Amino acid sequence: MPFTVQLVSPEKVLYEGEASYVSARTIGGGDIGFEPGHAPFLAALQTWPVRVLGTDSSELKIACHGGFVQVDGAKVVILSDVAELAADIDVDRATMAKRNAEAALSNNADDVDAKAALARAVTRLEVAGA
Amino acid sequence: MAGGQERILRRRIKSVQSTKKITRAMELIAASRIVKAQARVVAAQPYADGITGVVRDLAAAGAGSSSPLLAVRDSVSTVAHIAIAADRGLCGGYNSTVVRTTEVEMRAASAAGQRNALVTSGRKPESYFRFREIPMDGSFAGYSDAPTYENARDIAAVVSRRFLDGDIDKVQLIYTKFLSAGRQEVVIEQLMPLDTSELASGAKQQADYEFEPNPDTILDALLPRYAEAKIYAALLNAAASEHAFRQRAMKAATDNADELIRTLSRIMNRARQDSITTEIMEIVGGAAAMADGAGSDDDDFLPAH
Repeated sequence: MPFTVQLVSPEKVLYEGEASYVSARTIGGGDIGFEPGHAPFLAALQTWPVRVLGTDSSELKIACHGGFVQVDGAKVVILSDVAELAADIDVDRATMAKRNAEAALSNNADDVDAKAALARAVTRLEVAGA
Repeated sequence: MAGGQERILRRRIKSVQSTKKITRAMELIAASRIVKAQARVVAAQPYADGITGVVRDLAAAGAGSSSPLLAVRDSVSTVAHIAIAADRGLCGGYNSTVVRTTEVEMRAASAAGQRNALVTSGRKPESYFRFREIPMDGSFAGYSDAPTYENARDIAAVVSRRFLDGDIDKVQLIYTKFLSAGRQEVVIEQLMPLDTSELASGAKQQADYEFEPNPDTILDALLPRYAEAKIYAALLNAAASEHAFRQRAMKAATDNADELIRTLSRIMNRARQDSITTEIMEIVGGAAAMADGAGSDDDDFLPAH
């Protein structure tokens, strides 16, 4: 029995579809997976790819830069103020951003902005499959 | 002289006609943009609903009593006003209504012994307050007809930082709410501290949620998003209202141009007829004089002896 997955950004509903499994990473650092019938669950998400397994076992990856996931038995709603589907990601830009962030980190390992930028770039590249 | 007047009128009619073409085009553009802006308001609804729903569930779980974004302060010494209007004019009373409402609010706050902070969105309110040398704590512009979430985030960043520092005790949004294509109203909404009364009223006791990592941490991450979503909704409403106002203003201008053209054409035609009549009279008068001259004796022209 599949459940509905909704990916909602402030501007519009980015994705809506049936799925049999969804996984995400919470700000605590733990990965969590949902299957239909999961107990009601609410979490804040990290910058990390969200994986959605469709009913035909196709896999969809979404670059989710923070956000929240709300689950009740029949529905998963992901609220994210910045989220991108693989098609919307500029691989060259992400690669460049990754290189810049790494360079900044090698100078100053405590650079919070660079760490966040690196996490975003890595997530984007992962989702884009590059 | 009559011919000169006709030429002047013709030139004026032509200029009114080209103005009419412009206002008509602006009217049509605004009309099509209302539809798009409305669609954007609708598209933003699921996120706003989702965030509100999550806040509600968290509140039901007992989170958030400690969050500074929720705490109503005992004494309010500074009120921040976020005035949202347009970048461009030619939209009737749209900008001036927002600006006037803001001024009234600021005067009321001053009368109550509170200090004012002002943040503007849109070039028009910015230049209004700058001209009057009223200090602004932030001004944002360049997106009023199609705002993005980024714009809302920028505005939120300015006010929430100062709110959390204790610099500002209350933040309110002043914008034009898009109620329907025919009705838009300037509203004043409290943004910070966040008004949770609307959440409590709709709280339905749901199944117990599991929280990761815990309700308070999620709420702390969520409330800034909630404020941003509110500002974003206000920006979108303001954009739709702006287009509605502009469409109405441009329609009035087009109708007025039509009437002006009609009146001017009538005056011009009368002037033309007058000049033709005068010309005929002159010809007839001249011909009569010639005929008189031809019929009489040459002696008539000689001086009398």
